[in-house]
Amino acid sequence: MSNAAVPAATTSPATDASKSTLVRLGAAFIARLVIIVPYLWLLFFFLIPFIIVFKISLSQTAIAMPPYTPVLDFRDGISGFLSGFGALNFDNYAWLTQDALYFNAYVTSVVIAAISTVLTLLVGYPIAYGMARAPATIRPTLLMLVILPFWTSFLIRVYAWIGILKPEGLLNQLLLSTGIISQPLIILNTYTAIFIGIVYSYLPFMVLPLYSSLEKMDYSLIEAAKDLGCPPITAFWKITFPLSLPGVIAGCLLVFIPAVGEFVIPDLLGGSQTLMIGKTLWNEFFANRDWPVSSAVAVILLLLLIVPIMFFQRAQAHAQEQDR
Amino acid sequence: MNVTWSRFNITSIVLGFAFLYLPIVLLIVFSFNESKLVTVWGGFSTKWYVSLFHNQGLMDATWVTARVGVISATVATVLGTLAALTLTRYTRFRGRVLFSGMVFAPLVMPEVITGLSLLLLFVAVGLDRGFLTVTLAHITLTMCFVAVVVQSRLITFDRSLEEAAMDLGAPPVKTFFQITLPVIMPAIVSGWMLAFTLSLDDLVIASFTSGPGATTLPMKIYSQVRLGVTPEINAACTILIAVVAIGVIIASLANKRREVQRQRDEQAAQRG
Repeated sequence: MSNAAVPAATTSPATDASKSTLVRLGAAFIARLVIIVPYLWLLFFFLIPFIIVFKISLSQTAIAMPPYTPVLDFRDGISGFLSGFGALNFDNYAWLTQDALYFNAYVTSVVIAAISTVLTLLVGYPIAYGMARAPATIRPTLLMLVILPFWTSFLIRVYAWIGILKPEGLLNQLLLSTGIISQPLIILNTYTAIFIGIVYSYLPFMVLPLYSSLEKMDYSLIEAAKDLGCPPITAFWKITFPLSLPGVIAGCLLVFIPAVGEFVIPDLLGGSQTLMIGKTLWNEFFANRDWPVSSAVAVILLLLLIVPIMFFQRAQAHAQEQDR
Repeated sequence: MNVTWSRFNITSIVLGFAFLYLPIVLLIVFSFNESKLVTVWGGFSTKWYVSLFHNQGLMDATWVTARVGVISATVATVLGTLAALTLTRYTRFRGRVLFSGMVFAPLVMPEVITGLSLLLLFVAVGLDRGFLTVTLAHITLTMCFVAVVVQSRLITFDRSLEEAAMDLGAPPVKTFFQITLPVIMPAIVSGWMLAFTLSLDDLVIASFTSGPGATTLPMKIYSQVRLGVTPEINAACTILIAVVAIGVIIASLANKRREVQRQRDEQAAQRG
């Protein structure tokens, strides 16, 4: 931008005009660049990979590296590409419908994610509400305290629960020594452990959007309701909850969508007895080395989540418009 | 205020924070356990930290993770900031809906899908799995988080500052570097830190996209956790927590100081 150095006093109206065109052209070029660079990056590293996953889900397993037969390959030219359509096979998808294991894994994952989301909402709402009603001076500290665990490793936080939930772990030691139970509770390697793990790990994702919508709320509305003789519970359901609904929706989607495909929690806390689709995909890929089947599992998982994901994206865009 | 912040509110906050912090505190406490059993207290000891530093595999993994984290966070911050600018400044261009979808979807996409799809991409283009592929994968994931953080700051940014600069003859690029960038800098810094910790933390995507010689720390910890819980892993986790906590505290202190400085400048400007 060397033209900025030209002293304004010496520029004639003609060069001034050409300068402004130059500046405008420059700005337009830079605007292009600002858009194009992240756009191309995401196209190449986010969207195209999904197309490849879909393509490979239609190929056959082979003992080779990579372990699948090529389909729809452009190396044979367009005609080779088109003739490739005949070679497509949907065996992997047929396989997924025949084996009850996969169907069960999908259903279980959605059910577990849904229950965990509700539990996270029940645990998170009182915390977010308490934070929003806290004296304004300590609110930043409380917010910081909610965000801080989010900065510590997910893996570590899940790992920490193994030591607590084990049969000879800290929770059982505490309960046995206080005489509340006489037999150690079996929690680790059950679905209960998965619920605890998801609620614990995803709690900040629920609390933050809830807090931001509850904090914006005008509490004189509650005062007014109370003055008019409305009991607190009714006031909560008629005023507070509806006003916090954007936060509830955002929080639930932020917990539900990743929880459906969760791998670390069911693997470390759920043990081998529990079934979730993220774990199934992982095992197909790493243990069975069956890339086409794991791609088919991923495609179906994506189809299952596409509606909630689009809903999430719409909600985000909407929130952004409102803040503007 | 006492009336609105009831006993119920205080109780729920105290219980909530106890739930959030107790497991981490227990993990740290038992890293100083003399006994090999993680759940039985056998006296104070730092021997697990000593043995940690003699574990060459763990040390190598730490070095790989640190490099991947710094490089991917830096590139992701640049790309994420550009994406945030696109989202807030250019509201009308072809494919905007697709673009915002591609920025928001990775935030919630299950990691197994992202990991698998990136791996298949790398295989398709013939890129050997290793340090480079993990870094590229982490850039893609974390740039979206940076974009969201920076975008939320850009939305509240007062554009009349930029307009004033441009009215005074500053070209757009100069305006960006002298006006916009300093104002959104705190968001960019916290975006970088978020990207770095996400990269430090990631197990699933790294497992898919990494190859021999590029084992990251979470992959190493995971393979050891599968064999059983040991105080040595507790020690490794404690160090990781300490590093992140110190980083976050320093950043928030720096932020606060900058804020105080800014307020002082504003007061001085009003007086002068």
